[in-house]
Amino acid sequence: MIKLKSTWLDLRTIDDLAAQNTFIHSLNSCTKLVTTLAFILFVTSFSNYEVTSLIPLLFYPVALMSLGNLPYKPIAKRLLLIAPFIVFIGLLNPIFDKAPIAKLGPFLITGGWLSFLSITIKLLLTVTSALILVATTGMNSICSAMAQIGVPKPIVIQILFMYRYLHVLLEEFLKTNQAYDLRSFKTTGIHYKAWGSLLGQLLLRTMDRAQRIYQAMLCRGFDGKVPLRSAASWTKKEYVYLLFCLFFFLFCRFINIPQTLGRLLTGGFQ
Amino acid sequence: MSHHTIDLTNVFYTYPDGTTALRNLSLHIGHGEAVAIVGSNGSGKTTLLSHLNGVLFPTEGAVNIGGYPVVKETLSHIRRTVGMIFQNPDDQLFMPTVYDDVAFGPLNLGYPPLEVEKRVMSVLKTVGAYALKDRPPYRLSGGQKRAVAIAAVLAMDPAILVMDEPTAALDPLARRKLITLLHTFSHTKIIATHDLDMVLDLCKRTIVLHNGTILADGPTLEIFRNKLILEQAGLEQPFSMQNCPVCSKS
Repeated sequence: MIKLKSTWLDLRTIDDLAAQNTFIHSLNSCTKLVTTLAFILFVTSFSNYEVTSLIPLLFYPVALMSLGNLPYKPIAKRLLLIAPFIVFIGLLNPIFDKAPIAKLGPFLITGGWLSFLSITIKLLLTVTSALILVATTGMNSICSAMAQIGVPKPIVIQILFMYRYLHVLLEEFLKTNQAYDLRSFKTTGIHYKAWGSLLGQLLLRTMDRAQRIYQAMLCRGFDGKVPLRSAASWTKKEYVYLLFCLFFFLFCRFINIPQTLGRLLTGGFQ
Repeated sequence: MSHHTIDLTNVFYTYPDGTTALRNLSLHIGHGEAVAIVGSNGSGKTTLLSHLNGVLFPTEGAVNIGGYPVVKETLSHIRRTVGMIFQNPDDQLFMPTVYDDVAFGPLNLGYPPLEVEKRVMSVLKTVGAYALKDRPPYRLSGGQKRAVAIAAVLAMDPAILVMDEPTAALDPLARRKLITLLHTFSHTKIIATHDLDMVLDLCKRTIVLHNGTILADGPTLEIFRNKLILEQAGLEQPFSMQNCPVCSKS
């Protein structure tokens, strides 16, 4: 239980990092959101077996982390959290895809291993960039940016409310769990027979709370519209940043930089 | 300002599950009065408060606020007049930052952005929460949450303040600060609470609820001196009126 709680507290630390004042933090949230989305799009557009040309893209998260003064540890910790998912997604590739692609000394590299590596790198890149977005922008600004780029407002509001009440819900769950722990002897974890009523309780309480929140909203004149703060406007700085990033992504996408560099070097030696 | 009075006439309320929470309840609260609603758990306090701004409608009888009946058509006016402060501030602070939360009401009322900003700043200063304006609600202490919840309601400039257990879950200092703050308001105040000592400080008039009806209604001191009524309502004299446990035992 203590572990659960600390994980949760960690979750907020990423958001807290957004309260800094660096070049990256000073950019308007919309720019950062669009750049991150573009980055994810570019990364996922590479073919299944691509590994080498993905490498230069690592420059993007690394540069952002250093420009944004972000500590590596909390972000690396989050990546560890999703590591099992990556493994499971790519796990079967080496088993099913045994077509040989290359030979490295005595080792035969199959297509499966290559695509597994590719998936791993892609996931690392996309998840890191999303984490960096939260750490440099903050959830609230991201939501107002989403509204600005045309994400339907109900979805944005759902995300905002979810983020706001995640904390309350988790606290309630932890309390219930603690109450259970204190009165269940000998067992570790929650017995499968108790899960039903525990989760049911949580659901009912959540529904009650939703009702009260809705009433509180009505009391303050809610009529279906939640006023959101609009994101800051675009200046020259933002356009330059966006163009630079897009150019870099395009460059990485269409020119295999490691290969070209390698050719240049080996060519030079010939 | 028009006269903001509250009138309930023969109000009955039965919850959908069949529990009758209010039985033939009638009362009149005048302009600028500070009234405490006291009673044991389940005596109908919260249900009564919910009728004052149309969160619930009476099954029978009528509620009238400042000359307007509380019906669907008048709701927007009623909710502007009656500011409701909920028992749990977490239910009330739903926006991402303190500023946004306090601005929620005025924006919904259609005030221009500049006016909204002015109001938000001024009410945050009133409740002493100005420094918290950019914080997310989950980063606030209990007392701070309560102060912000009050600011959010004050920002709509209500004439009547309705509070459900405002001092619950507050530490003694935060409670004292809140009482001092409430003292400064000239609004009509209706406070449902178990904190009878606060009632002594704040409210000249007290209404005792029991089983959904009014057991007693009168000057606070008079009611709190009547141990019989208090006992019947499941209450006890406020600590400040009980004998000192150290120097004199009765």
